[in-house]
Amino acid sequence: MAKKNKETTGLKWSYDPALEGVDHIKLREKYDLFINGKWVKPSSGKYFKTFNPADESFLAEVANADAKDVDKAVKAAREAYDNVWSKTSPSERAKYIYRIARLMQERAREFAVIETLDAGKTIRESRDVDVPLACNHFFYYAGWADKLDYAFPNRKVSPLGVAGQIIPWNFPLLMAAWKIAPALATGNTVVLKPAETTPLTALKLAEIIEESGLPAGVVNIVTGYGDTGAAIVNHTDVNKVAFTGSTGVGKMIQKSLAGTNKKLTLELGGKSANIIFEDAPIDQAIEGIINGIFFNQGHVCCAGSRLFVQESVADLVVRKLKDRMGSLIVGNPLDKNTDIGAINSKEQLATILKYINIGKEEGAEMFQLACDLPDKGYYCPPTLFTNVAQSSIIAQEEIFGPVLTIQTFRTVDEVIQKANNSPFGLAAGVWTDKGSRIFNLTTKLKAGVVWANTYNKFDPSSPFGGYKESGFGREGGLHGLSAYVKLS
Amino acid sequence: MSRLEILKTYKIYIGGLFPRTESGRYYVPKNGKNEPLGNLCLCSRKDVRNAVSAARKATGWAERTAFNRGQILYRIAEMLEGRKAQFVEELKMQGTNQKAAEAEVNLAVDRIVYYAGWCDKYQQILGSVNPVASSHFNFSVPEAMGVVGVVCPEEYSLIGLVSLVLPVICGGNTCVVLASESQPLCAVTFAEVLHASDLPGGVINILTGSKKEMVAPIASHMDVNAIIYGDDDEVQFKALSIAAADNVKRVSRLSKDWTKPENQDLYQIAETLEIKTTWHPIENIGGASSGY
Repeated sequence: MAKKNKETTGLKWSYDPALEGVDHIKLREKYDLFINGKWVKPSSGKYFKTFNPADESFLAEVANADAKDVDKAVKAAREAYDNVWSKTSPSERAKYIYRIARLMQERAREFAVIETLDAGKTIRESRDVDVPLACNHFFYYAGWADKLDYAFPNRKVSPLGVAGQIIPWNFPLLMAAWKIAPALATGNTVVLKPAETTPLTALKLAEIIEESGLPAGVVNIVTGYGDTGAAIVNHTDVNKVAFTGSTGVGKMIQKSLAGTNKKLTLELGGKSANIIFEDAPIDQAIEGIINGIFFNQGHVCCAGSRLFVQESVADLVVRKLKDRMGSLIVGNPLDKNTDIGAINSKEQLATILKYINIGKEEGAEMFQLACDLPDKGYYCPPTLFTNVAQSSIIAQEEIFGPVLTIQTFRTVDEVIQKANNSPFGLAAGVWTDKGSRIFNLTTKLKAGVVWANTYNKFDPSSPFGGYKESGFGREGGLHGLSAYVKLS
Repeated sequence: MSRLEILKTYKIYIGGLFPRTESGRYYVPKNGKNEPLGNLCLCSRKDVRNAVSAARKATGWAERTAFNRGQILYRIAEMLEGRKAQFVEELKMQGTNQKAAEAEVNLAVDRIVYYAGWCDKYQQILGSVNPVASSHFNFSVPEAMGVVGVVCPEEYSLIGLVSLVLPVICGGNTCVVLASESQPLCAVTFAEVLHASDLPGGVINILTGSKKEMVAPIASHMDVNAIIYGDDDEVQFKALSIAAADNVKRVSRLSKDWTKPENQDLYQIAETLEIKTTWHPIENIGGASSGY
């Protein structure tokens, strides 16, 4: 999808379409539930449809699991835990996980295309970010399986049992990997529910798990809506709940687990500050701002959605930012030139548009990339707001879309205070040439991940997770193991 | 002629000061022999709020050097050591026998020394340098969560409090402590020990009174980051955990026999720590490995 420039000072080049092929991928018409190593029909007989948000075309039918199906999955996971997985030696466990990583790598292209079809994210990102990181996550945690005693000095490490895991639609395969890999490495069995709008790559992963020969019931994948997730959370035989998603749902889960012995980790929303000082390498910072907010259409819990620019360079930064936005290509996610793909669902697009309206009503000044959007599908042009107040709703609530708010500041202390003045605390970005200032800020910002002179970088060995209402527990790295073990 | 004894007025400890409760109310806990222990402050939800805001103001505690925090914790042990006799007397008044009371106070001193030593060490055990597959330097460090509510057990009023509170402040947090309701004397006297040490006011705030009344306002307070629950009331714990979810507080339940010397460890400090991960690019010409 070539973009026609209308309002940009950038070069007036257009690109020929460079579509990724979809011929080689294999999708079934209908997906059942993956329970106890078999594909099982949902007890209600009900299925729901999953669509491509880029053109609203039908992709597949997917089973809608109810509480009975969840119970079946948890029972399978329990039996697999008691009879097989807890008796499998750690080094053998590791080899299964390595094997899953390799099988995923071999089919990386297929995963990337399906991810793009189902989620609307650009092929460039699913190919270069989501899928490789997901494979690497399995590869990383595989190696931990027989080394856990080194991770927790002076303690005996044991698994928790059955882990119930609920993941969001923004990084469907990657989140499945973040959840499943450490759970298996530490000796737990799994019941995982992918998001209802993006179930396909988790189901493809189930195919790989089947192919890998992992003992039946060690990983079970059940698809469905919020009630399916609630059935997992509230199942009495689940020992651990791991949830990634909105802060609202996270709080509900925390409440429903109150007073139980289930271990909980939550990876919730954010409203992360991206801070630009006057001495920052401005052109690099512009790239960081763009990547911070427009990566994955802004469907990123750690998106740098609150931009703070030092007053002395504010005009320059905003001008350069608008110029750079002018060269972004919005359109078909399967096109390798596309920078910004489709919004994940009709509902999410409505939410984003609601916030854009609120921003306008609050009196903030909007700038939106003028671009032709495809006729079908859900799209939102990259948007930024200037003249935003700290009290503005668009500066406080998570929008989860390509919408950036810009505020200015004068002093270091002022920006620390403004950045921390949020119920969230997931991530932050700091751009400055001065090392001592970086460490001053990274120490004082209340956020679980701080990117200095970079943004939105992820790695299996790097712990990720929030402060405050962005949730608790870490995923990735040595610290990610804690979520799945009992120490004695 | 015998001398008339001076009785002690038991106060609470907020922001480094010793007020009585703002509510003006009191209660009289009794020991096993039905003897009154004193007129203790029956704190209100307003006292809880005052204590939380004092604790929030004192969060600069985390920015002190780890070494300095260790020195101050050690100083608390020194101050307690010097006043052992008073604590033994109070424990006895509350119903503990001489031998057990002495053992409890000794262990309290030793436990404070133990956590003093951790102040500048847990960072190296719990932190990490992470070998990311890109040209970045990436490391994770533990940081204080912020303001922590601590609900003490009813039994072992001194060692219970010390065992729950010391790991919290060792990690750089500040706290609001609900003392044992039935055996509150040591908690109040411990505040005097803290006051005589170099611990900045507001780092530890100690309230006495009805837990039933005070747990709810702590659990639902939007400026409290975490709660350590050391009591054994299931119903209270569940209600607390539900209210705590409103701002995603971290809730830990710790119930151990605190009189056992081995019930102290690094992982208890970790209960009120966050892990922060920092990324920074590495200038790298012609190569792509991070070197870490």
